[in-house]
Amino acid sequence: MLYIPAAVGFALLVLPLVGLFARADWPRVPAAIVSTEALTALGLSLQTALSATALCLIVGVPLALVIARSGPRLGGLLRALTTLPLVMPPLVGGIALLYLLGRNGLLGGFLGLAFGIQIPFTTAAVVIAQAFVALPFLVIAVEGALRTAGTGLETVAATLGAGRWTVFRRVSLPTILPGLLAGTVLCFARALGEFGATALFAGNAAGVTRTMPLAIYTAFNGAGATQDSAIALSLLLVVVGIVILLLLRSWRTTPGM
Amino acid sequence: MAHGSDRGRGTRRWTRAAAAVIVASTVTLSGCSHSVSDSLTSAQPDQLQGSLTILAAASLTESFTELAAIFAADHPDVTIAPISFAGSTTLATQIREGAPADIFAAADEATMRSVSDLLEGEPIPFATNSLQIAVQSGNPLNISELAGLSVPGLQLVLCAPQVPCGATAQSLLESENIVLTPASEELNVKAVLTKVQLGEADAGLVYVTDIAAAEAVEGVSVPGADEVKSTYPIGILETSVNQTVAGAFRDFVVSDRGQNILAQFGFGRP
Repeated sequence: MLYIPAAVGFALLVLPLVGLFARADWPRVPAAIVSTEALTALGLSLQTALSATALCLIVGVPLALVIARSGPRLGGLLRALTTLPLVMPPLVGGIALLYLLGRNGLLGGFLGLAFGIQIPFTTAAVVIAQAFVALPFLVIAVEGALRTAGTGLETVAATLGAGRWTVFRRVSLPTILPGLLAGTVLCFARALGEFGATALFAGNAAGVTRTMPLAIYTAFNGAGATQDSAIALSLLLVVVGIVILLLLRSWRTTPGM
Repeated sequence: MAHGSDRGRGTRRWTRAAAAVIVASTVTLSGCSHSVSDSLTSAQPDQLQGSLTILAAASLTESFTELAAIFAADHPDVTIAPISFAGSTTLATQIREGAPADIFAAADEATMRSVSDLLEGEPIPFATNSLQIAVQSGNPLNISELAGLSVPGLQLVLCAPQVPCGATAQSLLESENIVLTPASEELNVKAVLTKVQLGEADAGLVYVTDIAAAEAVEGVSVPGADEVKSTYPIGILETSVNQTVAGAFRDFVVSDRGQNILAQFGFGRP
């Protein structure tokens, strides 16, 4: 009896992709993918998603450590606030970012007056939007790994005379490595697919803020002929997603990790 | 304890009352915009009935809301579904993908041509519109001409060239031999306007009618804009389940009454 709903669920996840693959005008896909617009968008997407992932690693791992080592009350509160962007529509995130960092925003007005810095409509805005939506994935994964690992081993290492850095490098890091890798990959994938917050906060300019998802949206909503390139770009993103999943699998199954 | 819970209930009651006031004032405010419809309503009994689904260009938001309200008042048995306002090409994509609708009103003829095989009969031009520079109220940067938009550091937002307002902007800029680099290319004219309203952009090229309908922005007229007017066509979709109602609405839009209403919103006659 379980097979029927299971099959429906599986079909819901997989059949749309079959539809996408079926609709593609295959002979024209290669040309659409290597077109200047597509390559510009792909390059920008990779560059911004990698930057956002790096940013998330720099601030996310310490944040996860703080949450994991906080007491139940503070930890719970921090965890809930960190998870908020995860359950919030990215469009809302975009509006919120605009009202914080926009020219008339809480912080943006000050940045503009004091340093002449304008964030909206720049590549930096794309990275910030991507980091905003992707950071929770990393924090949750790392924090989960940290909590599961506990502090027992670290305490033992410390009592055996290891310094803080040695404990982190030789004990903490190896125990959380699978969680950290999974979190990083999910974080990158989420950043790569980011659309809503980027569209509202960063705008849509070719080569500056038009990442793959925005290029797909622009092409799909353009005149008839460009829709082929929307489909081709979508296929490319699906393939990137599959590659990411395969990488994740190979990491997990690598002996010794 | 009893006192405390009483007070709690009181607060709740107050909150509910406040909510009711907010709802009521919103209703009153939205009611205001339909005052024209009340005065123009004529009691002509008719047999038109059924539903009507309209897809209209973003720049028609205010005028078509008004036109639909008057049409509904004229024909009480016709139910008009909430109108889908979006970029014309977005709507054309939806039509190609089978969105159920009766009427399509696009912001230019090229977009209408892209769905011509899905139309019942020929589309009819019903309005014209031209571009203006939208700037913040008071024109803080003293923008007076198109060439002034190329100043370094000025945040300019345009429509993407694929959509009607962007195509019109491009022909305007080409005719004036001006090259501009926008900070963002939006997919419909209202998105451009919002960026200027929010103060995130200093200027944008939008339709005269969008500026007339918006707050916190003002328009700077552009010489040459009248030469690159866009013409809005209206068409009935082949898949329309109620061609009679759809036809009546289209006739209403192109009628003198419909044209007068469009003129109030700043549209020209085709």
